[in-house]
This record gives sequence, C-alpha cells and structure tokens, in this order.
Amino acid sequence: MTKTFPITGMHCASCAVNIQRVLKKMPGVTAATVNFATEKAQVEYDPEQVDGGKMNEAIKPLGYEIASEKKVDEVAKWKWKFIIAGIISTVSIWGSFTGMSWILLLVLATIVQFGVGWDFYKTTWASLKNRMANMDTLIAIGTSVAYGYSAAVTLFGVKGEPYFDTSVTIIALIVLGKWLEARARGKTSEAIKKLMGLQPKTAKVIRDGKEVEIEIEKIIVGDKIRVRPGEKVPVDGVVESGETSIDESMVTGESIPVYKHEGDTVIGGTLNTTGTIIFTAKKVGSETMLAQIIKLVEEAQASRAPIQKLVDVISGYFVPVVLMLTVATFAGWYIFGSVIGGMLAAIAVLIIACPCALGLATPTALVVGTGLAAQHGILVKDAQALEIAHKINHVVFDKTGTLTEGKPVVTDIKGGDEVLKLAASLEAGSEHPLAKAILEAAEKAALQLARVEKFEGLAGKGVKGIIGGKGYTLGKPITETEEIKKLESEGKTVVVLSQVSGSRFQVLGVVAIADTIRETAKEAVAQLQKQKIEVSLITGDNPRTAAAIAGQLGIKRYFAQVLPADKEKAVRQLQDEGETVAMVGDGVNDAPALSAANVGIAMATGTDVAMEAAGITLVNKDLRSIPLALKLSRATLWKIKTNLFWAFAYNVVLIPVAALGLLSPILASVAMATSSLSVVTNSLLLKRIKLS
Amino acid sequence: MDKSIVLAGAVGLIGVIYWFFLGKKDEDGQVMTDVKITVSGGYSPALVKVPAGKEVTITLTRTDPTDCLEEFVIPDLKIKRSLELNKDEVLKIKLAKPGRYEFHCGMSMYKGAIVAI
Repeated sequence: MTKTFPITGMHCASCAVNIQRVLKKMPGVTAATVNFATEKAQVEYDPEQVDGGKMNEAIKPLGYEIASEKKVDEVAKWKWKFIIAGIISTVSIWGSFTGMSWILLLVLATIVQFGVGWDFYKTTWASLKNRMANMDTLIAIGTSVAYGYSAAVTLFGVKGEPYFDTSVTIIALIVLGKWLEARARGKTSEAIKKLMGLQPKTAKVIRDGKEVEIEIEKIIVGDKIRVRPGEKVPVDGVVESGETSIDESMVTGESIPVYKHEGDTVIGGTLNTTGTIIFTAKKVGSETMLAQIIKLVEEAQASRAPIQKLVDVISGYFVPVVLMLTVATFAGWYIFGSVIGGMLAAIAVLIIACPCALGLATPTALVVGTGLAAQHGILVKDAQALEIAHKINHVVFDKTGTLTEGKPVVTDIKGGDEVLKLAASLEAGSEHPLAKAILEAAEKAALQLARVEKFEGLAGKGVKGIIGGKGYTLGKPITETEEIKKLESEGKTVVVLSQVSGSRFQVLGVVAIADTIRETAKEAVAQLQKQKIEVSLITGDNPRTAAAIAGQLGIKRYFAQVLPADKEKAVRQLQDEGETVAMVGDGVNDAPALSAANVGIAMATGTDVAMEAAGITLVNKDLRSIPLALKLSRATLWKIKTNLFWAFAYNVVLIPVAALGLLSPILASVAMATSSLSVVTNSLLLKRIKLS
Repeated sequence: MDKSIVLAGAVGLIGVIYWFFLGKKDEDGQVMTDVKITVSGGYSPALVKVPAGKEVTITLTRTDPTDCLEEFVIPDLKIKRSLELNKDEVLKIKLAKPGRYEFHCGMSMYKGAIVAI
C-alpha cells in the first residue's frame, strides 16, 4: 500500500534525502519519496512487515519524526465529514428544486444531522452538564430546529415546507470551515515545532577511548563528543580539538556559518558543516540553550496579552447572550412577522454568531509572532512585553558590551611600563572589562605584577591600594590635561594612575583604553532612527568619550558619567519626559535599568538565554535584531488588533442583520465558516512580513 | 392571546437561559494537593482549591473530542498544555502566593480557576 506521512524536524533538503535513504532500507518498504517543502513522505510498503510506528522509530535517531497521528486525524476527520456532507448537501439542494421525495430528503438529512453532526451534539451535552455552552451548542440547536421542523412537516403533516437543504448545507459549510481552520491552525505553531525538532536523538561520545553512539538523554556534563561534517551538535559545550564552521541559523538566526576552534562555545541543535570537532559537554537536558529557548517561547505563547482581557470578559457571556437574542428574535418575528420567518431568522442568529473568531484572534497572532521572532534569534518573554514593545519610541543603549564588543584593549600608555605594571597590579583582582584590558596589556609586555595591600574598589570611580608602602589610585581623571582631552575625544576611556601621600595626588601616568564598536551598531541605530525611534547612549565614561562614541554612531543624545546604579535613574528620567523606553544592555550589570525600562532588551551571554530582567532577549548578539524585534512587535499587535476588530465587527454587524431576517441561514453558515478561517489566515500572513 | 403567550414564554426562557448559564455559583470544594480535573464540556470541577506554598499535582483528563478543549492554558503561570484525548496530563505546580489563578481552553470559551489558600 502507499501512504503519505507528515514528517517533522526537517530543516533542509538534505534532511529529506536522509529520511528517504533510511526508509528505503527498511524491510517491507518498496519505495519512499520525501518532500522537504511539503514536509511529507510518500511510502509504498507492505503493511504486514512494516507500519508507521516502525518507520517513526527508524527516523527518530536522525532527529525527525512522523507527526502525531492524532493531529493528522483531526484534519482528516473534518475533511471526510465535509466530503460526505458536501455530497449530500448538493443532492439535497438539487432534490429540493426538482421535487425529490421528502422521505428521501429526510433520510439524507438524518445521515448528516446525526452522523456528520454527531460531535456537535456530544459536545453540547457535555457542556450543558457543566452549565456551559460553546459554538457547537449554537450549531446543534440551530440545525436541530431546521431539521426537526422539516421532519415534522414530512412525517406528521405539519403545515409548511421542509428545510432539509438548510440543515444539511449549514452542517456541510461549518464542517468545511472546521477542516480549513484545523489545517491553518496547525501551521501557526510551525516555528516552535521546528525548534523542537532540531535536537538530534543520539550522539557519538568518546568513552574509554572508544566512540560509542548513545541516546542524547544519556549524555552527562564532561562527556567528550565527536561531531563530523553534516552532523548536528547534540548539546551545548566547548570545543576541545579540531576546527569547523557551524550553521547556527536555526537557533540564533545568524545566517552566516560561524567558525569554531578550540575554546569556542558550540550550541546543541546546530549543524556542523565543514570539519570534525571534539567538544566537552557543558550543558545537557533542560539546561541547554535550545531547551531554554523552547521553554521561553512556550511560556510566551501561554501568557496573556493585556489586550486580551476584554475578549476574556466578552467570551464568558457570548453564547448565553446569543441564545437569549435568538429567543427574542423568534418572539419578535412571531409577534410582528411570521412563524416561519421567525424560525429562519432565529436559526440565522444561532449560526452566524461566531465566538471562535474572537477566541482565536489574539492567541494565533501571538503564536505566529513569537515563533517568528524566535526563528530570528529574538526571544520575547511574554505577550505583555510584545504588546508594550510596539509602543517604544526611545531606545537607550548601554555602551560597554552592548554597542561595543565589551573586549577593550589598551591603546596608549603615558608613563611607560612602570605605569602599566602598577595599574595592572591594582586591577589584578577586578572583573571589570577595563581591568581585564590593562591586565592583558601587562601580560603581553611580560611585566611582573606587584603585591597590593589594602585594595579597595570605588564603585564607578576606580580602585586604590598600597604597593611597596606607597598609596596609589587608578581611576577616572580628576583634572583634565590637553593630552587626556585629546584621547577622550577619540572615544577612548582614560584612567589616571596617581600616587597618594596624605591629601596630595601626584599623577604618574595615563592609560587609554578603547573598545571596538560592534559592526552592526551603526546600522541598528540608523534603522531605529528610520523607524522614528529616538536613540540614546548611556555610559560611565566622561562626556567627551561619550560624545565621540555617540558621534561615530550617529546618536544625538547621551548620558555620560553615569554610575552603574544610576542607569535606572536615566531610564526613569526619560519616562518622566513621556518617552516609552527600551533599555538595551547585557542583562547582568544593568538588570535594574532593564527592569525599570518599559521593555528591557538583553544580549544573551554565552548559552544562557533566560534573562529574568529582560522582556526581550537577543540570542544572536546582532544589534540589528532590535529594530527587527520592534518591527515584529508592531506587526503582531497590528494583526491582533485587526483580528479583534474583524471578529467584533463581524458579530456586532451580522447578528442584528440575521435577526432582522436579512440573511438566510445558509448564507449565515458561509459567513460563519469563513470568519474563523479568515482570523487564522490573517495571523498566518504575519509570516510574510519582510524582516530583513 | 397567542402573541402574549409567546412573549411571556420568551421572557421566561430568556430568564431560564440567564439563570442556567450565568447564574452559576462557584462550587465550594476542599483544599487538596492532588487534584483531578475531567475535561468534558468544560472543566469538572471548574474551581479547585489548593494550599499556597506547597507543590500540588493537577491531573487533567480530556474525554471530550471538541477542538476547543484541546489546549489548556493558565496564563498567569505561563502554562500551556495540549491535552490528548483520554490521556492523563499531569501538572506539578507550586503557587507561592495565595490568590485566584484562572485557567481556560485555547479560545478562552471554557474557564475555571485554581484558588491558592
């Protein structure tokens, strides 16, 4: 027999080839064709020898899976129901016009009403037991009225004409809508499914000098793992030996393969392309970057957007209110019109009311938006962050480690090696990036560091200590010389070494340090400004250095000489000026400022992406992701708003139209079937947004 | 006469609908650490009481095939689960603060709440 299986986890055409090869090798399989674009495998096989389960087991170790049969069944169930109801509906409509026997029409309508439509009754009954109701309740009541009346006319001679075509066609169209909606809804969560499919199932671990293939769950921290070209990196770790290029696009959104050699970090789920490496596992299981990303995206998709609150209130009353309106419609028509008119208008009200469109409006856009962001290395913490992000009109960048690489180097030393030696000795215990630069320079010059006594760090100002019985300070310049001014106007950070005796400071020398500006910084700033978003810079440097860096990047406003603890104040100052502020930082030193901002944007460090203080985390350290994230948040919010507008307007306008008898029940079912579908399709169109 | 009867009947029926669907009162349940919720035409029980600060196990069993009930969401806890038909889905949660944590289906039609006491 030949059967088509949906496959998950494919991310390139070669995946399709791999799956095809494995399937073809299986006993009982005579032919297999795997299509990457449609994510489907068409397999010709002997069902006595092999089945879908066995095929799934065979491709699982490669990191792929045959999609859940249940999901497929959901779509297939509605499809078959539509085919049956569609055919019977066509025959019924034709029969009504050509005078087909009413008994025959009754038989056909019964098949649809209690066969195809049985689920509507089941759900209605289960809901009523809990004193609840949903869309299925409305459909069950609406079609039952049309069917019941028609059956009474046919069997008991009640005065009037039967409306079998109405009940049958309504069910056929609703089922068509459900089928198309089920298909479309499956596509909204494709992004997270792709992320889940990235992790391979097995890894080649070197144990006792031998390479053994083990399941990924069995990898422990410290294991040495070999990865060959074309294989996936199974977990996070650090390269021990070998060099290669790794395609990290699927996890970080970084499009160019990244060169890796000894000491570099590798990320689980990424694809090794050129060389063979051996790396040490550092993070496994739920600790890996990929697992953290999936968790964050899932959590974001489960969170509630503030805009959703009104919908939640309305949806609680929706169906009961529609039922009340239906009764009022029938009574109104009975009193001022006709019984038949009242019945048809009441059915139309029941059928046209669509709570599903309202219910789907926010979640579908949120799932597509956050999924799309994750594919580009942008992790949104929750729906609230996404909703606020679209209002951002001011972005504040922290300088060191954000706009710059955070790897400063010493560029100028005034005072010779003795100054560098004393400066490095004072900074020996410090973790500050500037201290590291001085230490590296001293190491490079092969200087022997001196022992420091009574070391003291002066937050944001510098350090002091005693070397060889003499007191020294190393920190920001207190007085400015022409030399210092010149260095600072070049964007360099200057620290001054002074000897202290009593209250006297004698300047011994000057060390200038410069940090490379990230390649993407200028473009990111320009893109934000193009989006009419104001950009400012915040730094502990003096105004001259800050002005120089800001000038190089085209930033007009800067906050200089801001102590780490005062960054938060600068953010609040902007908020007091009426700005909606996004603060971009490294998520470690500037956590208070990130929390104070309307949206905190953190650059992930290493493979740690769970930044508590940040609303948005950038996995790829590409600053251009910031304008991208803001653009995406605006696009997602626009989708949510248009979806909600459409869903509200649809119900508010069409329910009264139906109550007035201006809409036949069949037309009502056409509108109803398309309403939910249009909301889901509108959300899916978000995928077409141009992000680069 | 007919019209008066229909009008009176309609008003009565609207009242019944209001009472039946909207006049529900929260059930008064016991505080439990092991809660079982049947998902069929809604959540039964729809209101569960749990102790705050303790880990509690919530087992959800969906017996209703309707699509609406497939997703289970507790927005305040950022929990979203897909409930397979006739299969237990076990959640282990610890609510640090006392309060009401609402849950609902994917489309927010069916609702319930966990009350931490």
